[in-house]
Amino acid sequence: MKQFLAFVIKEFHHILRDRRTILILLIMPIIQIILFGFAVTTEVKNVRVSILDHSKDDITQNIIQQINANEYLSISENIYTTDEIDEIFRKNKTDLVLVFSDHFDNDLRHSGQASVQIIADGTDPNMATMYVTYLTNILLSAQQSLNSGETLSGKFSIQPVVKLLYNPRMKGAYNFVPGVMGLIFTLICAMMTSISIVREKETGTMEILLVSPVKPIFIIFAKMIPYFALSCINLTSILLLSVYVLDVPITGNVFSLIFISLLFIIVSLSLGLLISTVTQTQVAAMLVSGMVLIMPIMVLSGMMFPIESMPHILQTISCILPARWYIISIKKIMIEGLSIFMVWKEVCILFSMGIFLIIISLKKFNNRLE
Amino acid sequence: MQTIVVKNINKSYEEAKALNNISFSVEKGELFGIIGPDGAGKTTLFRILTTLILPDTGTATIEGLDVVKDYKKIRTQVGYMPGKFSLYQDLTVEENLQFFATVFHTTIKNNYNLIKDIYSQIEPFKTRKAGKLSGGMKQKLALSCALIHKPKVLFLDEPTTGVDPVSRKEFWEMLRNLRKQGITILVSTPYMDEATLCDRIALIQNGEFMKIEPPQNIINNFPETLWAVKAEHMSALLSDLRNCIGVKSCFAFGEVHHITVDTEILSLESLITFLQKKGHTGIHVNPINPTIEDCYMQLSSSKGNL
Repeated sequence: MKQFLAFVIKEFHHILRDRRTILILLIMPIIQIILFGFAVTTEVKNVRVSILDHSKDDITQNIIQQINANEYLSISENIYTTDEIDEIFRKNKTDLVLVFSDHFDNDLRHSGQASVQIIADGTDPNMATMYVTYLTNILLSAQQSLNSGETLSGKFSIQPVVKLLYNPRMKGAYNFVPGVMGLIFTLICAMMTSISIVREKETGTMEILLVSPVKPIFIIFAKMIPYFALSCINLTSILLLSVYVLDVPITGNVFSLIFISLLFIIVSLSLGLLISTVTQTQVAAMLVSGMVLIMPIMVLSGMMFPIESMPHILQTISCILPARWYIISIKKIMIEGLSIFMVWKEVCILFSMGIFLIIISLKKFNNRLE
Repeated sequence: MQTIVVKNINKSYEEAKALNNISFSVEKGELFGIIGPDGAGKTTLFRILTTLILPDTGTATIEGLDVVKDYKKIRTQVGYMPGKFSLYQDLTVEENLQFFATVFHTTIKNNYNLIKDIYSQIEPFKTRKAGKLSGGMKQKLALSCALIHKPKVLFLDEPTTGVDPVSRKEFWEMLRNLRKQGITILVSTPYMDEATLCDRIALIQNGEFMKIEPPQNIINNFPETLWAVKAEHMSALLSDLRNCIGVKSCFAFGEVHHITVDTEILSLESLITFLQKKGHTGIHVNPINPTIEDCYMQLSSSKGNL
């Protein structure tokens, strides 16, 4: 036990004396959360709508007022010819252009049909689709209010009412917080642990440790403990930031959230362990954890693109990533507010992944140099 | 009792043969040197004996324990200092020593008398990070760490490589003191001048032992006549000497060239005449006693390897 303690103290010395690394490890999550939360945003916020009104009647005025009254949309320009549309998009003065056809009021009253055109900037298709959906919703509700104002019978129109559950304003932070958590813990636990074990191989200290009575399992677990502690600090800072700065509420039980996070941290640590047993240099360890873990986590874990819209084969591949299951369960608990029993599947998967990884790496840990 | 017994060890890396049928034994309390240039197989041999790698064929025992089967027991009884400085550079001198003491289930206090001579020299710097020590001090710290658990056998792989001459001399004095305490020491070095400080040496080349004997015996058994030759233009002298009939071999040894001669063909006087005819000035030729390096050169060239 004394031996083990000496190892842990040694590891803490290594980490604490490398000021730059520890600063990066503690500050990086904070920066990432803030960056993803504020800068990289997919929120519908301050959408500028320009109006090309060929009709200029009561109904179009009514609709324009409704748009202006919405807190996420605002009227930026009024234009008068079709030629101007291209110009204001190029000058980045607008996000959307709404075109009312001639005799809008007239057409609507007599034939019951009038057309509007929504023009959006397709260079960012995701955002464009989101803006268009938003504006369409407003148009639909305007139509509905017109209908209810009219006493004409037989005018039925079925309106799809789209409501986004859990994230009514489509806030990006809701999606990013669990993603960043998955990313950070993989980075710190898997990457840093594997690098620190491989460093001992590279500097030759592993050679001395092997020619000593110390058990390999001691060397390994002593490596894990400081990074485990570091991850706990990061977990706290991420959760505090997301609640108090990004306004992402923790709807579910905090303790189940912490429990699953700790489970994931352990899985990531053992993943790092496995990487360290198959690589010989720090650069190789970094590349393996970077390419094999971090990249797929960014792409496959559902942090950037929804898993459901990925090709089937990529969906299958994403199943082997612990981060995928972690992010799903965090979303369920933190944002949907489910209890831990509703994510038992994810917990079981993470748990068995952890056991599997630890067994494999202990088997693979070499008692000798070759 | 023999502490280290090695029988017919072979080890190959893919194509290259690192060790070829090595056999030797080391007595308890002996200071045994393995002398040879880089790439001769010294480190491979050390790693096999410290149970870090497995031999292809052959057996080796340390204190009667087999290096393959009883590796766990061996690891509690030996001290190992690899060729590369392998301590934690970001830990202080004292922390390093403390760490290795604990790893070996002991304390600095318990075995302080064993390392006192060595450690007392670096103790004034005990709060300095190991990475900031000089080459000589690093080696002293590494030796202290290897000794802290009072090992029965000490394996030192090129402990003096990259160390200044004064520290090298001190280091060997420490080794001779340790031997008095009954610790068996196996040490390797590429420096031939250190060979005479060992009880017995093995000359190794290309994975083979050429000779295992006390250094003085090797020198005494040198079969050739050896002269040191010096002149003004040393590089021209080297090629002229190699073309001279009666000169068997000629190697540059710092300021002089060492030649082995067939005295029936060439005498001291006739050599000087020969060199004068070639236009050399300032010629000095002296008969000298061989060093281990001369013996090494002679042995390796007689094997046709050089």
